[in-house]
Order: sequence, then C-alpha cells, then structure tokens
Amino acid sequence: MMGANPLFDPNSIFTALRLSVTLACVTTILALGIGVPLAWWLANCRNWWRDVCSSIITLPLVLPPTVLGFYLLLALGPSGLGALAVHITGRPTFAFSFAGLTVGSVIAALPYIVQSTQAAFETTGRKPLEIAYTLRTPPLRAFLSVALPLAAPGIIAGAVIAFAHTIGEFGLILMIGGDIPGQTRLLSIMLFDNVETGDWASAHAIAGGMVAFAFMTILILRLTQKRLTARPC
Amino acid sequence: MNSPHYYNGTNGTNLTFSPPRLRLVCCCAILWLFQPIMARAEQARIAIAANFIGPSKVLIADFMHKTGDVIIPSFGSSGQFMLQIEQGADYDVFLSADEAKPAKLVKDGFGADKSQFTYAIGKLVLWSNTSAYPASENTLRAARYGHLALCKPDIAPYGAAAMATLVQLHLEQSLQPRIVMGMDIAQAYQFVQSGNAELGFVALSQLYNQSSGTVWVVPSTLYPPIRQNALLLKQGEQNHAARAFLAYLRSKPAQAIIATYGYDIP
Repeated sequence: MMGANPLFDPNSIFTALRLSVTLACVTTILALGIGVPLAWWLANCRNWWRDVCSSIITLPLVLPPTVLGFYLLLALGPSGLGALAVHITGRPTFAFSFAGLTVGSVIAALPYIVQSTQAAFETTGRKPLEIAYTLRTPPLRAFLSVALPLAAPGIIAGAVIAFAHTIGEFGLILMIGGDIPGQTRLLSIMLFDNVETGDWASAHAIAGGMVAFAFMTILILRLTQKRLTARPC
Repeated sequence: MNSPHYYNGTNGTNLTFSPPRLRLVCCCAILWLFQPIMARAEQARIAIAANFIGPSKVLIADFMHKTGDVIIPSFGSSGQFMLQIEQGADYDVFLSADEAKPAKLVKDGFGADKSQFTYAIGKLVLWSNTSAYPASENTLRAARYGHLALCKPDIAPYGAAAMATLVQLHLEQSLQPRIVMGMDIAQAYQFVQSGNAELGFVALSQLYNQSSGTVWVVPSTLYPPIRQNALLLKQGEQNHAARAFLAYLRSKPAQAIIATYGYDIP
C-alpha cells in the first residue's frame, strides 16, 4: 500500500479525495434508498404522527454536528452498536471506521433528500397516479413510471445537495473519525490538519479545490433544474 | 430622540409595551448579548493546553476568589494555540504543554522576554477503561485491542511523547493501523472514556477524578520530559490580571494544587 505512487499512499491528498468521494457516493445512494420511500410515505400519509416523523428526520439540519457526533459516538461504541461490531470486526466500536462515517453522514444527509423529494411528490399531487390507476396500472408500476419521473427534479436536487453536503461534512467526522489516514481522514479533516500544522500550501490546494467544487455543484444544480422543470410532462 | 409619533394614532392604549419601554428592553438585551465581547477591564484571556484543564479550573477559581481579577480560559492543543497566537489571537497568557512552542513564540516576537517558566512537568500514562484490556506494557505489545487513542504528535506535546514511547518500544510500525488520533489530549481521553478505543495515551492529570479503569504510568525513560512552560504574551504585557496570574502560578499554594494532579514541580 505504502508505495511511491501518491495515488495509493494513505497520507496523500489523493487518498483523502478518493475517500471523500467514495463516502459521498455511498451516502447519497443509501440516503436515496431510504429517503425516497420515506418521502413517498410522508407525502401520502394523513396520520398525525406524520409531522412528528418528518420533524425527527429534519433534526440533523438544525442540530449542531457536535450533538450528532456525541450521540453517534455513544451509539456506535460498546454500549450501542459496538456490541455487534465485536462479532464482525473484532473491535468494540463502529467509530473510527468507514462504516461508522457512513452511518453518520447518511443521517446527516437524509433530511436534504427527504425534504426535497417530499415536496416534489406533493406538488405532483395524486391526480397523475389516479389516472394511471384507472388504466389498471399496478401500484408499484404506477409509482415507478409515473410518480418517480414526475418527482425527478426534486429527487436529483436532493441527491446533489446530499452529495455536496457529505463532501463538506466536518464536525461530525472530526468527532467520530479518529483521523486515520486512508480510512477516515477525509478531505475536510486533512484541510484542518494542514491548517493546524501550518502547512498552508496544501491547505490552499484543498480549500481552493473545495470552493471550485461547491461552485460547480450549485451551477450544475441550477442548470439541470432549469432543463428538467422546463421539460414538458 | 424623536418621539415615534406614528405609533400614537393607531395603537393608543392597546400597547402592552409602550415604544420607549420596548426600546429599553431591546437595548438591555443587546447589551447583555454583547457583554462578553465588550467587557475587557482587569481580565485576562489564557490559552491552556488541554492536559491542564483539571488543575487550571481549580487554580483559576482560587485565584479569582483571592484577587477578584477575572480569568477567561480557553482549552485546546498547544500547537493549535501557537498558530492562533501567531495569527493575532487575543490571549494574554499561554500555558503550553512543552518548552518549544513558547520559545518559538518569544523568538518570533509574540511573547514577553524572560517571562517563560516551567509551571509543571507532565506524566504520560496509558489508560484503559475496559476491564478486558488492563493497561500495561504487555497489553500494549500484545496488540489484541482494536484501537489505541493518542493525540496528534505534530500539534500536541503529549501526542509527541506517546509517539516517542512507541518508537522506543519499537511498536510504531506494528501499531500504526490501530492508532486513532484526537485533535487534543482531551479528545484522546474521551475516545477511551466512551469505550470506543480500548487503550489510550493520556496525561496522568486527566485521571484525577477517574475511578474506573487501569493505568500504566509510562516510565519517564521512554520519552523526553514534558516540561510545560507558561508564557506572558506581548498582548498581555500591560495586563495586571495576566501578570498576577503568572505570579500566582509560581506560588506555593498553586504548586501544591498542581502537584495533587500528578505533575512534578520544577
């Protein structure tokens, strides 16, 4: 692993970049898998506890990452999920691992996807689906081929924000990551390390890259939204 | 001040808060919100290395009780503070966890000349909060645990001492995959306390109130002595409270408090 090739050196910026991108991809996919059905349910549910559930999902948006980090440290540790981890990895915790970071960042990214997807489902309304039902489309098919495509702009917007947010996640990672090169030293943590140790050349490289990335994300988001919403239904 | 005549016609007697009173309440609220930023009289801001959190709280309370001066402490790693001071942070006194960083600050013109002195000599310990892994050199060597917590060697002196110990024991390569880094020694402590890391290198002083777990006091031959130096910063040269606190830190009662936390006194 520790070759001369900087692409595979765990201490290099490329490893941190790869880790950040991998985490963001995995997080976005998982959050979509959990978030889209959840948003569908929230958009169609008429129960009083609908609002309670959606408030709970939205919590990470409002809470400081340190609150999330603190609870996750306990939840992933030996008195929580860590009891399971002993049997799988032989270590008493999921903290300090890629899996632990994934759990944390999915929780942090979920509200972005759920909110934007739920809003998309709600603006579409039930009309298109009811028409599909009158044509005897089975419910699942109607969901996949009518509701999902109509909500696509909202879902994509949520996914892009979730991805970008995960790339930028810092406080949570700082608390549960343990800064292990090649495993939990993400780009944002590496930037912090560089600033702390006075390595400002590397810090500039990462920070500048992140600004460019954030700008591109927002620009792409705007352009795709324009195109998707302009599309005739 | 002009009277807000436009209120009179429309609201009349319905107002529970008449505008002048509302204004007063707003002013008070704003003053209260900004008070911590504005107040500056006879108070000193002190940057304190995280290993010294426990004793410094007792020392500051004792000092403020005796003198009436106000001390505002901040806690973090020594390296972090050095960087902040070089960037113009508003501290009057720096309690580092080593000698090198205060010396460098003096050399670069941020510290008052000849104000540097050693206030404590720290002890590095290996601490375990899990009964399955009693802290000892053998446990450390056997490496059956998942994680060993320490703090960043390049910014935290206790992290550097921990690294030096691992190098002396020829363990730095083999234990590399198990090492998790805290940003300062307080985070390393917290990783072990929460049970996420089975073992961790912390400062003896951090275990002062700790009843659980096992401790191996690392022999002082394994790492260079942790001479913790205090420094009066340029910023605080005219600050009466800062000078008084440094004088207090060298006094017998203060040194007695420091010693109870497991530090050696120079």
